[in-house]
Amino acid sequence: MKLTMLMNSILKFILLVLPYAFMVLGFGIYDRATPYLGGMPFFYWYQILWIFLAAILTSTVYFIESRESKGKVSA
Amino acid sequence: MTVNPFNDLDYALFFAIVLVALFVGFIAYLWRKPKTMEDIQEWGLGGRRFGTVVVWFLLGGDLYTAYTLIAVPGLASSSGALAMFAITYGIMIYPIVYATMPRLYNVSKKRGYITSSDYVKDRFDSRLLAMLIGLTGVAAELPYIALQIVSISYVLRAMFLPATVTLIFAFALVAIFTFVSGLRGPALTAILKDAIIWVAVIAIVIYIPYKLGGFQPIFADASKYFAASGSSSSTPLFESPTLGLGYTTLALGSALALFLYPHGVTGTLGSKDTKTIKRNASLLPLYNILLLMVAVLGIAAVVVHNGVFSPSTSSFAIPYLIRDEFPTLFTSFAYAAIVVGSVVPASIMAIASANLLTRNVYLEYINPNASSKTQSWLSRILVLVVIAASLAFSLIKVASGDIVFLQTLGGAIVLQTLPAIYISLYTRKMSKYTVGLGWLAGISAVIYGQYIINFSGKAFMTGAYDFIYVGIFGLLVNLLVILIIHGISLGLGKVKDEGLIDNQEFVIDQ
Repeated sequence: MKLTMLMNSILKFILLVLPYAFMVLGFGIYDRATPYLGGMPFFYWYQILWIFLAAILTSTVYFIESRESKGKVSA
Repeated sequence: MTVNPFNDLDYALFFAIVLVALFVGFIAYLWRKPKTMEDIQEWGLGGRRFGTVVVWFLLGGDLYTAYTLIAVPGLASSSGALAMFAITYGIMIYPIVYATMPRLYNVSKKRGYITSSDYVKDRFDSRLLAMLIGLTGVAAELPYIALQIVSISYVLRAMFLPATVTLIFAFALVAIFTFVSGLRGPALTAILKDAIIWVAVIAIVIYIPYKLGGFQPIFADASKYFAASGSSSSTPLFESPTLGLGYTTLALGSALALFLYPHGVTGTLGSKDTKTIKRNASLLPLYNILLLMVAVLGIAAVVVHNGVFSPSTSSFAIPYLIRDEFPTLFTSFAYAAIVVGSVVPASIMAIASANLLTRNVYLEYINPNASSKTQSWLSRILVLVVIAASLAFSLIKVASGDIVFLQTLGGAIVLQTLPAIYISLYTRKMSKYTVGLGWLAGISAVIYGQYIINFSGKAFMTGAYDFIYVGIFGLLVNLLVILIIHGISLGLGKVKDEGLIDNQEFVIDQ
């Protein structure tokens, strides 16, 4: 039980840190115009992609946490 | 100068919408008038009753201010892709909210805190540190409020109202609105404000790309204008690693700063429970889609304007775009939406600041026995003082250029409270001296950063500093000092649990 809690904490931390890694350290990835998507340079639509990815990541953390607290209630 | 296309009906509609917003604020005050004015929980936080939907509007609405509607697209119209830092920033806001706000909420609910300074006071058992952190927050709000007021005056000028009186008019509007409605009706006014803005923004972000033939021609044409202007940051990007550091540190710094502002905490602490906060932190990133579309409109404005805007005219980019492409009646509506969308946040910021000054300075240091009547009157007067003080920032150099830098200046200041508020949520080992000296070093570094760019108010440090955001520079100095002093205390065996709050109090969900 302790171990899964620890694993969960590490997982949650990684999920929350990912956006910073990709937006700050990963600047080189999106500092470019090509490929275009629907007329939008890569620089712009990469951000759109990340708007959704960030929402999915935080939602996943929320999901993990609500499962944890359910486990606590039943135990 | 173009001929004034607005007729009496347009002006009537514009002023009617602004007056209705004012009236709703006033009605909200009567309608939700608490039985006892003494209860600060009721007055300041709406009794901590707000559910997911209201909190969505309160927190999401924080993003929809003149900053989003005027400043960011304005930067896009003068500097191209640089403005996209606001989107990168938006993406990075919520993980930090998720990691910090539920903890702050738990302890605040248990101990009845209204401001983050209340928390700092107990966490470090220091009234002085609480006051310094509070005053830093207030100082940071001033340029942010100034941004709202300056934006209103730009919109009024785009409506052909005389330029000389617009700034005074904008100031009066914010002051009257705040004085009349107070914080008692922010939820209702914020929802009305968001509703008007959503209608205006959605109409604009759908119609403009449609009218201009899609994104492809917008970006293609804009690139030509940017290339012609010789701007180094031509659409869509910089392709220069130096500006890359400026871009990423500015985005990161803004994201870390947002919920350190005194007004940022209000919506969070007004929530019903931590679930509400977490759910919102998970879903609010989706708000950024519209934010991005509005930023792209700044690029579209370049196409319609047949040229890149200069920093001094960039705040007109969106008002002109709307005026050029829409019938005057819709333009009046959209202008009113922007004005209401600036007045409401400005007033929320001013009230949050006044609250802080009353609670954490006046009550703590000057008159601990002040009656609630005195407190409430003092808050009202301080609100006017805060708004007047913010006007000083509207006169600095940067306010007549890209006004987005007013917000980044506020961010640089408030970032120096990060160790006291965010880091302390996770460790009890830092002493008030450590954090206080870190704060002092951080604030000094920000002032030094402004000094080397001649107090222009801009965000980026030139020269050997590689265009790093002045706020992040300050924070790094701040953290370095904390690390050194903490290391010394560790060596001297002086590190112990500080303050009155037990670590358990952060995680107990009520």
